[in-house]
Formats: sequence, C-alpha cells, structure tokens
Amino acid sequence: MPLSMVNTGRRVRLLTVKAGRGLQARLAAMGLVPGVELEVIRNSHHGPFIVSVKDTRLVLGRGMAHKIEVE
Amino acid sequence: MAGKITVALAGNPNSGKTTVFNNLTGARQHVGNYPGVTVEKKTGRRVYAGYDINFVDLPGTYSLTAYSMEEMVARHFIIHEKPDIVVDIIDASNLERNLYLATQLMELRVPLILVFNMSDIARAQGTEFELEQLSELLGAPIIPMEAQRNKGTLELLDTIVALAGGEKKYQPVKVNYGREIEKELENIIALIEIHGAGREPCHPRWQALKLLEADRQAIEHIDSSEVLDGVRKSIERLEKIFGDHPEIIISDKRYGFVSGACQETVRSTTQSRYTTSDMVDAVVTNRFLGFPVFLGLMYLVFQLTFTIGEKPMFWIEDLFGWLSAQISIFWAVGSTSPLKSLLVDGIIGGVGGVIVFLPNILLLFLAIALLEDSGYMARAAFIMDRLMHKIGLHGKSFIPMLIGFGCSVPAIMATRMLENRRDRLTTMLVIPLMSCGARLPIYALIIPAFFPRAWYGPMLWIIYLIGIILAIIAARVLRSTLFKGRSAPFVMELPPYRVPTFKGTLIHMWERGWLYLKKAGTVILGISIILWALTSYPKKDVYDIDYTDIKNQAAADFYAGVERLNADFNLPPESNLFLKALGAEMKTVEKQSQYYRHEKEYIAAEREKDSLIAELEQGENGRVLSEFIEVRRDITEARRIFNEAVTVGRIKPESPDYQVLQSNLNITLADIERCYPQIYNGVLTYLDRVKAPYDEALKSIYQRRQSEDMTNSIAGRIGHGLEPAIRLLGFDWRIGTALIGAFAAKEVFVAQMGIVFSVGEADAGSEALRIKLKKTYTPLVAFCIMLFMLISTPCLATVAVVRRESNSWKWALFQLGGLTLLAYAITLLVYQTGRLLGLG
Repeated sequence: MPLSMVNTGRRVRLLTVKAGRGLQARLAAMGLVPGVELEVIRNSHHGPFIVSVKDTRLVLGRGMAHKIEVE
Repeated sequence: MAGKITVALAGNPNSGKTTVFNNLTGARQHVGNYPGVTVEKKTGRRVYAGYDINFVDLPGTYSLTAYSMEEMVARHFIIHEKPDIVVDIIDASNLERNLYLATQLMELRVPLILVFNMSDIARAQGTEFELEQLSELLGAPIIPMEAQRNKGTLELLDTIVALAGGEKKYQPVKVNYGREIEKELENIIALIEIHGAGREPCHPRWQALKLLEADRQAIEHIDSSEVLDGVRKSIERLEKIFGDHPEIIISDKRYGFVSGACQETVRSTTQSRYTTSDMVDAVVTNRFLGFPVFLGLMYLVFQLTFTIGEKPMFWIEDLFGWLSAQISIFWAVGSTSPLKSLLVDGIIGGVGGVIVFLPNILLLFLAIALLEDSGYMARAAFIMDRLMHKIGLHGKSFIPMLIGFGCSVPAIMATRMLENRRDRLTTMLVIPLMSCGARLPIYALIIPAFFPRAWYGPMLWIIYLIGIILAIIAARVLRSTLFKGRSAPFVMELPPYRVPTFKGTLIHMWERGWLYLKKAGTVILGISIILWALTSYPKKDVYDIDYTDIKNQAAADFYAGVERLNADFNLPPESNLFLKALGAEMKTVEKQSQYYRHEKEYIAAEREKDSLIAELEQGENGRVLSEFIEVRRDITEARRIFNEAVTVGRIKPESPDYQVLQSNLNITLADIERCYPQIYNGVLTYLDRVKAPYDEALKSIYQRRQSEDMTNSIAGRIGHGLEPAIRLLGFDWRIGTALIGAFAAKEVFVAQMGIVFSVGEADAGSEALRIKLKKTYTPLVAFCIMLFMLISTPCLATVAVVRRESNSWKWALFQLGGLTLLAYAITLLVYQTGRLLGLG
C-alpha cells in the first residue's frame, strides 16, 4: 500500500519508490532504500507528513508519500 | 612556507559543517557564488604548521548524484578543481546515513579525512566507537570532534598537514558491489580505457559506477558511443538479474557496506537522538498549535527587526546629516556648486538612503540565522507547506515574503534558503508586491489628504491586501508558465533542535550585512549619481518669473515692518535706529553668502556689522537697541533649544515629554518677560510679524526656483514626456517626475512631490503638500497613485539585489518591466472604470 495510507505511529518496510530515477537516487541518499524500516511520526491526512528512517526525521510531501510503496 | 594546500569540506546538511568551517578559518572568510549558479561559495584561509591552507566549504549534500544544484557543484569542485584533501564532516549521532556520502567520496579516490562531529552527543546517547578499527575499515583517518565547543580542530589540522606532507599515507578501500556488478564495472572500465574517458577527469571506477547508475552528468561527459553502448548493455543485463535499476542495488550495497563496517565497530544502546526534539515537535508541528506558534515567532522576528532597528536607523540618519553638514562647510554658504550638490544630494543622499536599512537587515538576518541554526526553519516550512503549495510555492517561501513587508532587499536575500531555482526565482519576482516599509510614507501622505478619518485604516489595509492578492496570482501564473514543471518534490530533513553557537550566528549575520554594504557602495552609488544628474540638469539660465522683484518686495515689507517697531519701543517715529541696525544685519547675511566661513571677506563683513551696531548702541537711545538684541538672543535661544530637543528626540506633540519641554520653554519666556516687561512684546512682534514673514518669503522664492529647476531637468522633461501615457491613469507630469525619483527609493516620491509643488522637501506629515494635492487631484487619482506605487517598479536597491541573487540582469529587468506593465494595466483599469462610474 502507499505510504500515505499509513497511520501515525505505525512501522512499515519500504518496498519500492515509483518515481523518476533522479528522485529515487535522491531518496536513497536520504536513507529511503528498499527494505528499510520506516516509522510514521505524523500523518494528519492533509499536507506533508513526517517519517523516521535511520534515526532521521524526514518531511515528505503528500505527493511523494503516494509514490512510496510499503508493507 | 612548506606549501599551499586546498581542502574541501563536504558533508550532509545539518552535520555542523559550517561550524567546523568557522572554527578552522575564523573570520578570514570570503563569500561568493560558484560561477553561473546561485549556490554560495565560501572560502577561508588558515596558516598552520608552515602550510597555507585554503578551505572551501562545499554545499551540504546527501550524495554526489546530479540531482540538485548543490550536489553538482560539490561534485564538480572535487573532480575539476582537485582539492588536495577532502574532509567529510559526519554527524556521529546519525552515522549510517552520513557515511553514505563518505562511500562516494572514497570512490572518487581523493585523500579523505572523516570528522565525527557531535561525538559528545553520540556518546551521551550511549554510542561507543572503535575509531581505529572503523578507520581501517573505511580506509580514512577519523577525527572525533565537538565543533560547538571548538574541540578537535587542531587534531584535524594536524592530520591535514600529515596527509599533505606525506607522513601519513592515504589507503583507500573499495566497496564491494557483489559479483554481478563488479563484473559489469570491469567491462565498462575496460571500454573506457580503450575508447577514452571523455571530459570528466576522474577515477575510472567512479566513472564506471556513475555510468551504471545512469547518472546524467556522467553520461553527458562521455564522447564515445562504444562506451555508452556498453553501459546500456550492462544496465540491461543487471536489470534482468535484479529486476530493479542498478542504482537501487548500488545504493543498497553502499548502505550494506556502511552497516557492515558499523556492526563491528559501533556499539549502541539505541537511544534516539530525537527524544527531546520530538517533545518540542509535538507542540511546534502540532496540527492546531503549529500554526499559532509559527505566527507568534514570525511576529517576534518582525518586531525585533523593525522596532529594535528603529533607533540605530535614526543614528545612521543623523550621521549622514552630520556628514552633509561637514561637507557643506567646504563651500560658501549660499553656494550652488555642482560638486557640493553631487556630494550632498547625490551621493550622501542616495547611498545614505540605502545604508539606513542596514540595522534592519542585520537584525533580520540575526533572527533568520537563529531560526535556521536552531532547526526551526525546517519546521516552519513543514507548517506552511500546505498553504504555500496551493500558490505553487515551497513552504519556505513564506518567510522571505513576510520579510518583504519590511524591505524587499533583505527579503530577496532571504530567498537563499530555497534550494530549488524555480521556487527561488518565483518568490524573488513577486516579493516587491508585498508593500514594503518605504511605501508607507506615500500612503501616510495621501490617505489623510483625500479620505475621511474613518477610512484611514481600511484604506491602508486594502492597499496591502491588493499587493498580497496580486502576489498570489503572479506566483501562480509564473509557476504555470515561465517556471513550469513540477515543483521540487518535497523531501526535507527535520534536523534535531540545537542551540545555535554565538560565533556561527554572528558570522552568518555579518556575511549578509557585508554583501548589502558592498551593494550600496557599488551599483547603488552609480545609480544614485545618475538619478541625481537627471533631477538636477540641465540648469536654467533665466527663470520664468522675475524672482528679484519678489525679493525686493519682501525686503521692502521687511523695512516697513521695522519702521513700525519704533512705536513698540517708545522711540520717536523718525528714529532710524532699528532701520540702520537690522538693515546692516540683513545686508551682512547677503554679503556673507558668497564666501566661506573662514574667508577674510566673511569675517570682515561680520566685524563691520558688529562695529556699526556697537556704535549705534553708544549713540542716542542705544540702550533700547542693546536690550532689544539681548532679548532677541534669549528668546531665539530658548526657542532653538526647544525645537532642537523636539527634532533630535523625535518627540511627538501628544507625548508627555513634549508637554515638559513646552512648559520649560514657557517658563524661560516668562522669565525674560519679567526682566524686560517694556520691550518683550515689541521683540516678539519683530520676530513673528516682521522677520518670520520675510524668511518665509525667501524660502518660498527658493522653493519656486527649485520647482522650476526640477521641471526643467531631464527628470522633469521625462515627466512631461510621460504625460500622454500616464494621462490615461489620471496622472499629470508632476507625478511622472516624482515617479523617476521614486525609482531611487520609494519614499523619495513624497520629497519630490514636495519640490514640484513648490512646498520644499516634504515628508509624510506635510500639511502644506496635502492641501496642494487635494486641490489638484481627485480621490480616484489619489487611490491610483497609491496603487501604482504599490505595484510598479521596484526600487533600484531591489533591482540591484535581484540582479545579484539571480546572477543575471535578465530577471532583474524582467521584474522591473513586468511589474511596471502590471501596474500600468491595473491602474488604467481602475481609473477608467472609476471615471465611468463617475468617481473621477
């Protein structure tokens, strides 16, 4: 399911990022690689939201969150 | 000296890189731009152990792909400028993510030093490093550091010198990407060796890796189609094996390498570095509280900037006033020397008008530096993103736009915090629509002249609101035309909160302030001189009105008034005592105006007058004259003290201080009256009924001549020339002329309107000017003036700063032209509609 559907406080594993190659590389550099564990820190169902990955807090735009597949 | 070394500092954003850089170089920094891009380039020098070390602070990056401007700049620098040593600043409390960049630096095969910054925080979180072992695994020396406390700087310098001097050898290790990828890498390296490496002078293994990652920059630099063909095939093979793009596998392997190295050498009791940060964030990024907290902080920033900045602004104004006075001394009192006018009106007036904003700018950048260094800025962007996203802008754009209400210049400089060029340019271009502080005097002059008191507030509010609405529309239009394309996907790190360092914040603030000062010294100086020439030349040889006649008439009135004084002083009607004495004074002033204060003619005239008066004092009724002079001096002095206190202290008539000064003045005057009851009223009659009207007449002649000069000047002619075009907006040539001056700085509009309307240099509170305006224009025209001033032509400081920040004249001129056209179109619409509705 897309990351944008995950509720606050849930831990999930990243499967793929459905985005252009440049963006994929950028996200990878920030720690978002397939297989990594994410925790959703804030998802208010409007606007951007916050995830925790490799002990870093990242803000993702809602559009971005739709493109990230997790399980 | 043993030699020169260039050291590049690389690292993730928020790794404390700038603090390390400040520790290494102190204040010996130079800020510029990388050629062709808006990315800031900071360099600094340090002489250590006989080496002249040049440090380059590369932009903060997460990797070395060609994804963002910053990454390209960092990569280009390392590959093309070939620094002797690269120092990678790593946030030790977030090791794995930070080491990802280090793996790529290792592949570039430049001597690398790893700095484990914030090792104190990491230790406090319960992380233990086996530094020696980790250093061996990563193939680079590791220096633990606490940059905030300036610990570890000397150790780093020692290591740099040891590496540069060859006492220490750099022994890089290879990341193993697994059999399949390694095989393809070998293939590509072989192809490169046969067909040539193209135009990027770097290590073949790095190049091969980047090609496998389908890196745009790497591919562009390859000339040989054989190599590109081979790369394509390799990628296809790998995609078949892994079912994914090779770059994903490669980054996965890099993380694997990093976590492998850490597993053996880093023991962690896994306490998140975010515990306190998360608590703060629970409030600051809260759905309901986040926005009020943000608004509160912005209000504080605004208050800090524009209230604390007010006093130093007055000091600077006073300083420039004093400077003009000092320079004026070099000319005869009544001199019309062009050089004096150039120095005083052109240069000091122009540059002074810009430097006056320096306190605001320093304070503002202090506030921004605090917000940025503490980590709040990222939260602010998070909170504002939803709103700004609707206009097609980035969350961070909100801050520069808010600053724009104070002054466009620091606002445009603040757009540096936006990484994406499209976001940055859009924000920059719409910022002048936020009505800046310099436009306030224009509204303050016009609104009370044309509108009833109840409308003052709403009118001002409407003007500001129009600006905001236009900015939103303009941003949307720009975003969907010129700066089309998806806005940068919103991914941003929220760094843990940190206490900003004093030194870092001050350096941050001063850098921006210095840039602004340099601007004032160069471009603005030049344009000030041009504008001065436009409003001062050509001079008029013959005036339309014979001012000598008017002047003679005023003098005649003065003498008649003096003659009438005899009655007030109980002198015989035929006595010419006052006529002689006061006449001599007047002639002396006239004579002296042609000489310098120190010239002997000036002094001689003074002496001649003094001796004549002394003689008269000895003669018949001499005592009356002596007393008159004494009382006149005392009253004048008392009034001068009062006026000076009011102007210097900028005391408003309704304030209690004013009451105190007023009563002091009254007490002094009453004292004088008690001592000289017979002549006190006579002296007042002279001062207020005879001398004052005469001075007034002279001033009016001066103002009318000034007005004629202005009309005749190039600016005046341009104003006349513009009239057919601006007639449609309800404007006449006078407004046209003032518009030319408003280009120098918006507030000059008011002063120039004062000159063309012959009321002298007016300010926002000038009643005389308001009366003239009210007689000449309708409220509709008045509204159109405000509208036009709101939208049109950003001031020259803005144009200059946009030119600098966008790195091209193109955008500066585009903004100038675009906003002026927009202003014309909207004002035209409003004026013509208003007229049709019968409002004009």
